[in-house]
Amino acid sequence: MATVYVNDTPVDIGDEKLNCVQAAEKAGILIPHYCYHPALSVVASCRMCLVEVGDKKPDGTVAMQPKVVPGCQTPVKDGTVIITRSPKAKDAQERTLESLLLNHPLDCPVCDKAGECSLQDYSFGYGKAESRMNDEKKTPPNKPDIGANINLFTDRCIMCSRCVRFTREIAGTAELHITHRGDHAEIDVFPGDPLDNKLSTNVVDLCPVGALASKDFLYTQRVWNLKTVDSVCPGCSTGCSIHVDGNKGVVYRLRPRVNPKAQGHFMCDEGRLGYHYANSAERLREPIVRGPHGWSPVGHREAVQRTQTGFNEYSLRSITGVWGVLSPFMTVEEAYLLASWIRDFGKEARLVMGPVPVEGQDDHYPKDRRGNEIPGASKFTIRSEKCPNRKGVEAILEHFSGSVVSFDAFLAALQKGQVKAAILAGGYVPTGKGHWFPAEAVPHLDQVPFLVVHEIFKSPLSEKAHVVFPAASWAEKEGTYINHNGLAQAIHWISTPPGESRTDGQAYLDLLGRTGLMRAQQLRKEIGEKIPSLIQLSTGHLGSSGVLPGEAPPAQAPKQKIPVH
Amino acid sequence: MAYEPVLLARVGKADSTSIEGYRRDGGYETLARALKDMTGEQVTEVVKGAGLRGRGGAGFPTGLKWTFLPKGHPGPIYLCVNVDESEPCTFNNRVLVEKDPHQVLEGIILACYAFKATTAYFYIRYEYGTGMRAMQKAIDEAYAAGFLGKNILGSGYSLDVFVHRGAGAYICGEETGLIESLEGKRAWPRIKPPFPAIEGAFRKPTIVNNPETLANVVQILKRGADWFKSIGVPPDPKNPRDAGSYGPKLYCISGHVNNPGVVELPLGVTVRQLINEHGGGVWKGKKAKGCIPGGNSMGLMTEAEFDTPLDFNGPGRVGCLGLGTGAVTVFDEDTSIVDVLYNLCRFFQHESCGQCTPCREGTGWMFKIMKRFQAGQGRREDLAVLEEVADKIGIMPGTTICGLADGAGWPVKTAIRKFRQEFEKYIQDGTASKSKPLPMAAH
Repeated sequence: MATVYVNDTPVDIGDEKLNCVQAAEKAGILIPHYCYHPALSVVASCRMCLVEVGDKKPDGTVAMQPKVVPGCQTPVKDGTVIITRSPKAKDAQERTLESLLLNHPLDCPVCDKAGECSLQDYSFGYGKAESRMNDEKKTPPNKPDIGANINLFTDRCIMCSRCVRFTREIAGTAELHITHRGDHAEIDVFPGDPLDNKLSTNVVDLCPVGALASKDFLYTQRVWNLKTVDSVCPGCSTGCSIHVDGNKGVVYRLRPRVNPKAQGHFMCDEGRLGYHYANSAERLREPIVRGPHGWSPVGHREAVQRTQTGFNEYSLRSITGVWGVLSPFMTVEEAYLLASWIRDFGKEARLVMGPVPVEGQDDHYPKDRRGNEIPGASKFTIRSEKCPNRKGVEAILEHFSGSVVSFDAFLAALQKGQVKAAILAGGYVPTGKGHWFPAEAVPHLDQVPFLVVHEIFKSPLSEKAHVVFPAASWAEKEGTYINHNGLAQAIHWISTPPGESRTDGQAYLDLLGRTGLMRAQQLRKEIGEKIPSLIQLSTGHLGSSGVLPGEAPPAQAPKQKIPVH
Repeated sequence: MAYEPVLLARVGKADSTSIEGYRRDGGYETLARALKDMTGEQVTEVVKGAGLRGRGGAGFPTGLKWTFLPKGHPGPIYLCVNVDESEPCTFNNRVLVEKDPHQVLEGIILACYAFKATTAYFYIRYEYGTGMRAMQKAIDEAYAAGFLGKNILGSGYSLDVFVHRGAGAYICGEETGLIESLEGKRAWPRIKPPFPAIEGAFRKPTIVNNPETLANVVQILKRGADWFKSIGVPPDPKNPRDAGSYGPKLYCISGHVNNPGVVELPLGVTVRQLINEHGGGVWKGKKAKGCIPGGNSMGLMTEAEFDTPLDFNGPGRVGCLGLGTGAVTVFDEDTSIVDVLYNLCRFFQHESCGQCTPCREGTGWMFKIMKRFQAGQGRREDLAVLEEVADKIGIMPGTTICGLADGAGWPVKTAIRKFRQEFEKYIQDGTASKSKPLPMAAH
């Protein structure tokens, strides 16, 4: 048991190895810092976290060190006394901020970072109101082409070197470096070697000021207009915890959310920039049905009724001809509802898993400078399985069918004309590499007497269907994703489905004939109680970091925490 | 009594750089004796007992530094010889390395033998091409003569020495900056602790020493600790922390003197003696206005303070940072102190490595103020800002990683404190490029 005193507040740090910044965080006190980042090496160069440190002797006296020390570099032990706001520490912090602002352009009105900028926050909290500098500021030229997704506003940089350390320590590709010396130092890349690794956009989150900006988000929104929800990236089975920032039904950006159980501190560019389809104007906006005279839009209720009628009819004719195809993009709740509905027709109704998209190999970082993997040193993994919830949907299928039947069974039955009524749950994220449904099997769909599909966009599949439900994107639904490791995490909606469409879960709830709105929390509880392999859902709450198999789920909803960056 | 040079005894001889010449003067005999009769620990004890303090600037006791290495370390242990000599107006090591490389090399071998280093890196600044070639030649000769390589002189001790040429940055003279640079990285000084003696080059215990220090090691082992202690200034009995300033020192004299150059004298010579007796007096028959006593970062000294002894404590008593490298730069009475400070600030803003915010921005800021000052747009408030910024940057108040910022602040502080009236006159008179000498302000 080790006790550290932060501004006279005793904090028990157990046997953890912490530095002053971390120990103070435990006491709920923020020691301002720029260059320190928990996932990167300590360089102690920004000198923002200067505090006074001392030792409490067993007799109760305190011996303080004569100088201020950088909190990020100073380890704490039993009896360490940290004073964050002593006159000396305050003076040092003020001075560091004054120095940082000497050459900072203070162009907050046109800066993307304004509103979530550490330089603004700390200047307000720890800085002086005015600068004594009355000479010209340095104005190094901006570098808009430092990377495909990154823009560098060189003059805003405070040289914390977080981005440089990220490319060396996490990505391993080491594109970024510092050129020149002293106050003329700049972040730069070598000619012909731009910052374009698959994790590059993380440097934008790491940048404590507005120097590194994401080209995707640049000049689209002021951050104070954004609403933020905690969610999970649907890009691959890593299931990175993310913040989704949106405004008025439009998703503007995704940011990684710190979650040691899922991915740590970062996320990949593919996931981060993969949200655009959710904002697309091309999306299906209302249910459509195919009649004798072509397509006609119908209301949600009518689409549900037609689906129910169709399935009832064919289930009476041939129960083995009733098929439900679940997709690994569905939430656990959606899969549960759809499977329940199909199972209600009878034991012989077939449930299968839709195709699981896989691309290449798992991609581990850091890489060495030549781009090869370093065995055993993985700090971040982009997984080859490009869907968020295969494990969750499989758990549901196992519960309802005893085993997971693959998509090939469906294709075989389709070829033989044995499919009479089928519902294909979509929600597949469009990849630009062709549609998820195999093109050679599309003509066979003509033989299906009653086909219902859930699709986000118009597709060869929706052309053949009799009822098309517009699917909601992951940004519009709530539910549970279970990642490669069995970690169950909650996703939340930031926008509503476009036009007349409802969420997929709502459609399945309506098909089941259950009343009310789809509420993930209640369903989770139901699933957790019914399905032993998903017992971690049994309280309905998953906390902000999710629940691993075997972990006790939290009894209450997480408190919304203001992120400290 | 005139002092007979020891370290520079061979400088000026025709064959001073060759191994034959060196051996003719008794070179490598000390090494042979030490390898035969002494253990490494005994060598360390002798050096420690002699009270040798590092000649690089900080004056840290050399023998004590060697004992900081972890006991019983399986190795490798490294020696880095710091010939980055980047402090302006300092060229004492240059003379040693260019004119008598074998003396330095013998010191390297003795030091490595003392703390069981198996590899030594001779880190020489890029500008010292002649020195680099002289040392490489000396090393090649020593290998051929069996003083380097495997099983030196049959003692069972092996050592390799490599010359590493720096790329030219002031910060590479900082010991951890030098190590980073040696490892092929940007010379950003490391966070201490761990000190290099625990974790230095390539994450192994490393000792960083100056060539002059190593040359002194040879002389101590050759002539004995008592000889060494008979030279210089004994410790101040009133100051228990004073380790004394024993031994000879190479002083560099430059600036407005008639005979600039390197001179070997016992520690404790005064600035006035140095200028008048060894530097040929101030040039053009003028008077001196002041000097920089030991390299740019030590601060400024006024003419009235010229009787200060240049030992490890003397300059500190008149507000300078310390002895530094013992390089005295004299400026005459017609020199504008504004120009002096402008130059100093320009140097430090150019050489700050840019790692720590206070130093990176502070040195740049001070230079900007001085630039404006020199252009005749100085303000009285600027003096307060300069003094304050200079006072609060550096490792001493704890705001930076290394001592570069202290060195950048010291000349500014001392210049403003000691020559305030001249600065104020400069502000009043506008753009006068040459200010008249003024009575020195009391400080």
